Amino acid sequence: MIPLLCFAVQPAQSRLISLNWLDLLIVAIYFAAVLLIGYYLKERATTGEDFFLAGREMTAWVAGLSFLAANLGALELMGWAAAAYQYGILATHWYWVGAIPAMLFLGVVMMPFYYISKTHSVPGYLQLRYGEASRGLAAVSFGLMTVLMSGINMYAMALVMKVVLGWDINFSIWVSSITVAIYVALGGLRSAIFNEVLQFMLIWLGALLIPILGLIEAGGWEGVKTRIAQNFPGGDYTHLWRTLGSFGDNPMGIHWTGIVLGLGWVISFGYWTTDFLVVQRVLAAKDLRSAKLAPIIGAAFKMMVPFIVILPGLLGLAVLPVRLVGESEAVAAGAHSYNEVLPLMLARYCGPGLLGLGITALIAGFMSGMAGNVSAFATVWTYDIYRAYIRKQADDAHYVSMGRWCTILGVLVSIGTAYLVMQFKSIMDYVQALFSFFIAPLLGTVLLGMLWRRATPAGGFWGLLVGTISSIVMWVWVKVSPSALAVIALSSQAKDMAENMYRALWSWIICVLVTVAVSYATRPKPKEELAGLVYGCTEIPSEGHLPLVQRPIFWAAVVGVLFVILQIIFW
Amino acid sequence: MAEQKEPVSIWYFVGLLLTVYGALITGAGIYDIVAGVKRDTVLAELHPAVWWGALLLLLGLVYVYFFSPRRRSRRRGARS
Repeated sequence: MIPLLCFAVQPAQSRLISLNWLDLLIVAIYFAAVLLIGYYLKERATTGEDFFLAGREMTAWVAGLSFLAANLGALELMGWAAAAYQYGILATHWYWVGAIPAMLFLGVVMMPFYYISKTHSVPGYLQLRYGEASRGLAAVSFGLMTVLMSGINMYAMALVMKVVLGWDINFSIWVSSITVAIYVALGGLRSAIFNEVLQFMLIWLGALLIPILGLIEAGGWEGVKTRIAQNFPGGDYTHLWRTLGSFGDNPMGIHWTGIVLGLGWVISFGYWTTDFLVVQRVLAAKDLRSAKLAPIIGAAFKMMVPFIVILPGLLGLAVLPVRLVGESEAVAAGAHSYNEVLPLMLARYCGPGLLGLGITALIAGFMSGMAGNVSAFATVWTYDIYRAYIRKQADDAHYVSMGRWCTILGVLVSIGTAYLVMQFKSIMDYVQALFSFFIAPLLGTVLLGMLWRRATPAGGFWGLLVGTISSIVMWVWVKVSPSALAVIALSSQAKDMAENMYRALWSWIICVLVTVAVSYATRPKPKEELAGLVYGCTEIPSEGHLPLVQRPIFWAAVVGVLFVILQIIFW
Repeated sequence: MAEQKEPVSIWYFVGLLLTVYGALITGAGIYDIVAGVKRDTVLAELHPAVWWGALLLLLGLVYVYFFSPRRRSRRRGARS
């Protein structure tokens, strides 16, 4: 899911946390470890298949954890902990209804088409299904946005390091990005995936102590609820669905239809099933069964992430002696902002050593997100732009070399973006909005391509283009005339969060309608050209011979049932 | 063409790192107890560095043992 970046903070007068020599040693060991792994894997990244798809030999567990870690950035950890302090448990929707159904759908329904088609990327799938025009549109937009987003994340993370630790912004940007560039350029996707698994473990082990000690201090979950009710009387911070009956009943200003249709359907499915940054990890699985299981394993862990992200925010409401406020108010009054809740909780419970581990978890989160961006960028650039349009006939070694250089180039462009954002902060909002323009329409294009044989190349291209343009038009409309929000979100009480949900929903609907209309007006591809790409034209290997516990569908059902139980418990 | 060696498992790297981290953090926690250092963190009396560090150490050693390259090659040899 797109991380909250709105918590980029003004430099504070003093740092929140001071690290001693042991904490710094722990951070330094981490940097040495990721570089060593990259160096060790260099000799195994000799072919295009090795470099861009990790040799397609990852187990379901490794691909699944990497799939999740590529999304679990430090900004996401801090941003959603802040959102939990501000909005309460409603923030959990971004981890549950906003992720789990989509991840299970990817594993059970979509993965066979991605995997059997042997595509290197999502734009590559569009080329096979719809032709060059759709691939070109998706590849250029994805490549550009990925590298720009990487730069924005880099800047925001460096700013966080300045506020939390007092580190120089230039130091944070250059050290972390050069480290990522080295280990991805050396070992390719395999190195990125190996490090993501390592980072996944560190994120959990570094962050898990906060909720454990927080629950002990607060007296368990019942104690948390009681304390929050005492500290913030009148607010409902601990129910997931109960307050979503009306836009005005909850602090997000959103209705349950926006959460279910906008977030749970369009944004979530768009991100988790078509964003190549995460899908690339699953394409590296060693066989189809592993590729189907990987998102299901990712979903199981995703369901637990609120324990280390949302719960610390709620614990902040329960146990922190100070009241956190919005960013502008914090800057004006010299107070702490929502965005500082995670570092404040870290400093509350963790002494030397544990503090270093917690900070390492944040750095690991940042680096895993960045490595995900640059490895996906390198693949899309090399296969879907360079090989498709610039140099069609070259040997495999040439493309691997291009991938390595492209990784370094991607990091340099990200660094350039970071410095640009430092000068012109409003760019951050625009690039985030740009990224969101493509996700919802792309979902319509890919889904119709996989599930509807009649979708034609012209239908796919025009649906994607018109859906994207409609999203841009709605965004500009609200910018120019804020009252347009009430029209797009269908309520005068809707707030910014609701706009994103409903804009995504409308642009998806427009994409689907245009795709269907144009497809009926144009000639479809013959059935034999759709083999391996479309439902009904593809022979999907049966899993009937496997015992029940080895079938992905069984584990998807288990995760699905647990998901429903959690909704009921926290209703 | 020579067969490419199977890479060391990622879990072995994870184990090594957790072992080092566990040893450092437990050591720091034990030092605090022995030297009578009082930390001003909440629940410091529970000595989280000792038991969390020990957990990391244990987890790291388990991973190192089960995923060590030597053990894996022995098992492969026994199977073939």
